[in-house]
Amino acid sequence: MNQQTVGILEQYAGELAQAERERTPIAALTERSSTLTVEEAYQIQLLGIQEKTKSGHRIVGKKIGLTSHAMQQLLGVDQPDYGHLLDGMAVENGSTITQDRILQAKVEGEIAFILKKDLQGPNVTLLDVLQATDYVLPAIEIVDSRIAGWKIKLPDTIADNASSGLYVLGGKPVRIEDIDLELAGMVLYRNGQVINTGVGAAALGHPATCVAWLANKLSEFSIALKSGEVILSGALSAAVPAESGDHFSVRIAHLGEVNVSFA
Amino acid sequence: MQIAEKKTIAQYLLDAERERREVVRVTVDYPELNVENAYAVQEELVRMKCEENLSIVGMKMGLTSRAKMEQMGVEEPIYGYLFNNMLLENYGELSFGTCIHPKVEAEIAFILGKDIEGPGITGAQVLAATQYVVPALEIIDSRYENFRFTLPDVIADNASASRVVFGNSLTRPDLIDLELVGMILSINGKAREMAASAAVLGHPAHAIAALANMLGRKGEKLKAGQIILAGAVTEAVRIDIGDIVQAKMDGLGDVGFTVVD
Repeated sequence: MNQQTVGILEQYAGELAQAERERTPIAALTERSSTLTVEEAYQIQLLGIQEKTKSGHRIVGKKIGLTSHAMQQLLGVDQPDYGHLLDGMAVENGSTITQDRILQAKVEGEIAFILKKDLQGPNVTLLDVLQATDYVLPAIEIVDSRIAGWKIKLPDTIADNASSGLYVLGGKPVRIEDIDLELAGMVLYRNGQVINTGVGAAALGHPATCVAWLANKLSEFSIALKSGEVILSGALSAAVPAESGDHFSVRIAHLGEVNVSFA
Repeated sequence: MQIAEKKTIAQYLLDAERERREVVRVTVDYPELNVENAYAVQEELVRMKCEENLSIVGMKMGLTSRAKMEQMGVEEPIYGYLFNNMLLENYGELSFGTCIHPKVEAEIAFILGKDIEGPGITGAQVLAATQYVVPALEIIDSRYENFRFTLPDVIADNASASRVVFGNSLTRPDLIDLELVGMILSINGKAREMAASAAVLGHPAHAIAALANMLGRKGEKLKAGQIILAGAVTEAVRIDIGDIVQAKMDGLGDVGFTVVD
């Protein structure tokens, strides 16, 4: 990669960070650089994360995106993507999110994995993930995009930390051996009404398959998933836009409930 | 609507079913057909089937998802009747040639242990009266062209009822959270639709309660031993010859069938 390219990637990372800070979305990067690759997009993401860790933020986990067949079709891709979870993104269960923390937020219900052992790819399998998992929790992921109107192509969302925003974890850890995650039903309620439903299998057939994909993908960068990390394994239904005043609740069979409101 | 007209429409729909051909929807020729008349036509159709020595084994609910109710502009789901000749054995064969343009939906079926008489029935009373819940696949097969119809059309057409397959595992309703049953509807081993049971009116027991209350308005009740399909949890999927269809449901087991020529 030449100096010029590095310069552009740094510039894009800076623009995304500024868009987040100032809550002003920017045009899609792929509109300006139509040849932007997935590899370059991950470079932009990593540059952005490095800036944040330099300024005192801590990486607490990862999220996996584009895990449903429908989302992959929408973006014309055949694999998921991932982003980083930072300490400032965690929101307590039941709390209210103020508008100054979001830009164009959408809500998804998913299953969070907390690891008790490191997972180092390649060749991590679903069974390895199950054995390395301490417990699972129901989660609400609030995805957000620094790209205007969510008009994203794959490199745009990857560069933008996989459209990460905030996340809320339920409070009751459940041992993974007690449940069949493939068939665990998920219901997303908005203001008390069922808005959509899903099941564990909606994430690449099994949520642990997504975690295995992540461990293997990260091995390309010589990174391991670490014990104690939070991993959001992927949405189990379509993302729902969050309006001011909305209350969202996610219930997942055998895992309990998690809630969040928007001021 | 005149009795003669009801009979004519019911016969028209029965002929379409028997001759396995799609027909022009009823409301084209009878634009005055409303929901009340449409149920009167359905009753006539049910009576005619009973005269042919078919027997009612249960009922089915339709339009139980918010999306479908909004699409049809209705506040209430609809119902139809299940007959003995609609039953397929679990993992048996559906002959495609006996259908018009079949689609399959995954549902939860309720087997009643006690009668339920509306009005005023709620989900909790339904659960108390339910002996078992069973995984089910419903094959719907509208008699109308291109599966398109208005609300009165589909009611007159016995809510598109065609066939039903019940799984072999019985589960007591108090042993499972029926709101959160995850399910996967797969065709030829590939997941096609995935959803949780709250997609049915927030809880499938609400659909059975709605049925009891609708029947209560006519002075009828749900009877012990009846099996009732609570309504589609998944979207309906077109099926074709050679398809191996299966639904897996969390805590309830599985159910399936194969489509043959």
